[in-house]
Amino acid sequence: MLAQAGRSYEHMFLLYKRTWRGSIFNSFLSPVLFMLAMGIGLGTFIDRGGADALGVPYLLFLAPGLLASTVMQTASFESTFPIMAGMVWIKRYHAMHATPLRPADIALGQLGWIATRITLVAAIFVLVMVAFGATRSPLVVLAIPVATLTGMAFSAPIAAFAATQDRMDKFNAIFRFGITPLFLFSGTFFPIEQLPGFLQPLAWVTPLWHGVELCRGLSLGTIGADPLLDFVHLLVLVLFAGGGLLATLMTFRRRLVK
Amino acid sequence: MPGTPETSLIHARGLTKRFGKLTAVDAIDFDVAPGEAFGFLGPNGAGKTSAMRMIGCVSPVTEGLLRILNLDPAVHGPQIRARIGVVPQSDTLDTELTVRDNLVIYGRYFGLARSEAARRATELLDFVQLSDRANDRVEPLSGGMKRRLTIARSLINEPQLMLLDEPTTGLDPQARHLLWERLYRLKQRGTTLVLTTHYMDEAEQLCDRLVVMDKAKIVAEGSPRQLIEQYSTREVTELRFPVGVQETLDGKLDGLGERVERLPDRVLVYSNDGESVATAAHERGLQPETVLVRRSTLEDVFLRLTGRTLVE
Repeated sequence: MLAQAGRSYEHMFLLYKRTWRGSIFNSFLSPVLFMLAMGIGLGTFIDRGGADALGVPYLLFLAPGLLASTVMQTASFESTFPIMAGMVWIKRYHAMHATPLRPADIALGQLGWIATRITLVAAIFVLVMVAFGATRSPLVVLAIPVATLTGMAFSAPIAAFAATQDRMDKFNAIFRFGITPLFLFSGTFFPIEQLPGFLQPLAWVTPLWHGVELCRGLSLGTIGADPLLDFVHLLVLVLFAGGGLLATLMTFRRRLVK
Repeated sequence: MPGTPETSLIHARGLTKRFGKLTAVDAIDFDVAPGEAFGFLGPNGAGKTSAMRMIGCVSPVTEGLLRILNLDPAVHGPQIRARIGVVPQSDTLDTELTVRDNLVIYGRYFGLARSEAARRATELLDFVQLSDRANDRVEPLSGGMKRRLTIARSLINEPQLMLLDEPTTGLDPQARHLLWERLYRLKQRGTTLVLTTHYMDEAEQLCDRLVVMDKAKIVAEGSPRQLIEQYSTREVTELRFPVGVQETLDGKLDGLGERVERLPDRVLVYSNDGESVATAAHERGLQPETVLVRRSTLEDVFLRLTGRTLVE
């Protein structure tokens, strides 16, 4: 099973080999720019204002939130257009299915590849955080897998949906009404307690806020202050990723076996 | 041709495929023997591709019996797919990879070691005459080259059975002939070929035996020669009349040859001596614009069986 999924994974790796330089460069550039502009530029003003409103300098507050959000965005992008290319445009999944590979192998290989991609993005992000002094705890290393899990909590359900689509129209809606609002209002830039009361539950039932909170706890070393809450955060992410995985296996099968 | 799951490479009895209310394949029976080149001939929508997808083990059988290499596709799909090569109707090449990488990665799907996949890729690129394009991207290749690459790709696992769905549709004549020639070589090496086509010349060139499909059913079976002998005459006289004249011919064609078919643009007269039909037509005072005497083809067989032409 895993050997078979590994072959579909290998295909994605082969594709990535063509563009890895640009991709790695972007993975460095994006956090550097964000940390300069928001963390240091904007952060200096914020810190001057009311010093201890956040308990820590703004850069330290922001960086782990950006880590989770950036990974979410990459994961979501990688789960829309490339899936459509496989199913509709290039039909590489159909080509794979004509061989001993089963739809489940193909889906697992694809999701496994996305997990690899975003782990790389998360690891580079953490490197940049360390370089900027934007973290306080060596536990930040664990924020890499947590960010990956956060990404998969988006990737898997989105991939399941993308596999059912023939056109890309609805992808824009996912980004406009899903990913972008979550990026802005899930505790990345300010605590969700600042949101109007009726909006806060939206953060609770979507994955990003949980990922942001865990990454922040690990980066600041404050994780474990409320173990039950940490557990709930983790559980929500696992449920989204796991549920999405099952859904992806199903939609890939339905699409390919007709 | 009678056969059993043990003696036939493909054995189908009452094979049926339904999509909701639509019956795409309606209880067809056929056997394909090892080493044979077997064709499904029929117009678009006759059920050829649905049949091929069931044989390719990517589409579950709705009803009936299907055995491929004496295995049940419902149980052993991946094992069967490991031993067949598929050339789908539309290319599924990875246009973002090079010609060579398309073959190597495909070999990996079959569990070949990288070195072995690379060795076979070199050999196959030579076989389909694409060695000089090995390191080019797939995108700029011509339609014929992409088809040849797809054929090379389908051979990477050294399949016992090759499935070709409309292998030359959309190609120019030169590209088609080059492809036929390669397929003929495969056949001579003993590879079993199963192909679908709506081109009668393709069926005649490549198939030892074929079934004619129409509206989800098999309407005739045999070698191209047998089918022509059984369902048509030796020769056909094609009479083409000036615009408007054909509609005025009622009754004037009766008894000319054994059988007369009136198509929108021409009249076909079936007989064993086409020249005498042409002479007789002139004697009756008919003045066709052009007269063509030719041998019967599978196109005529199809017309006889269904009252329609293959390519509309």
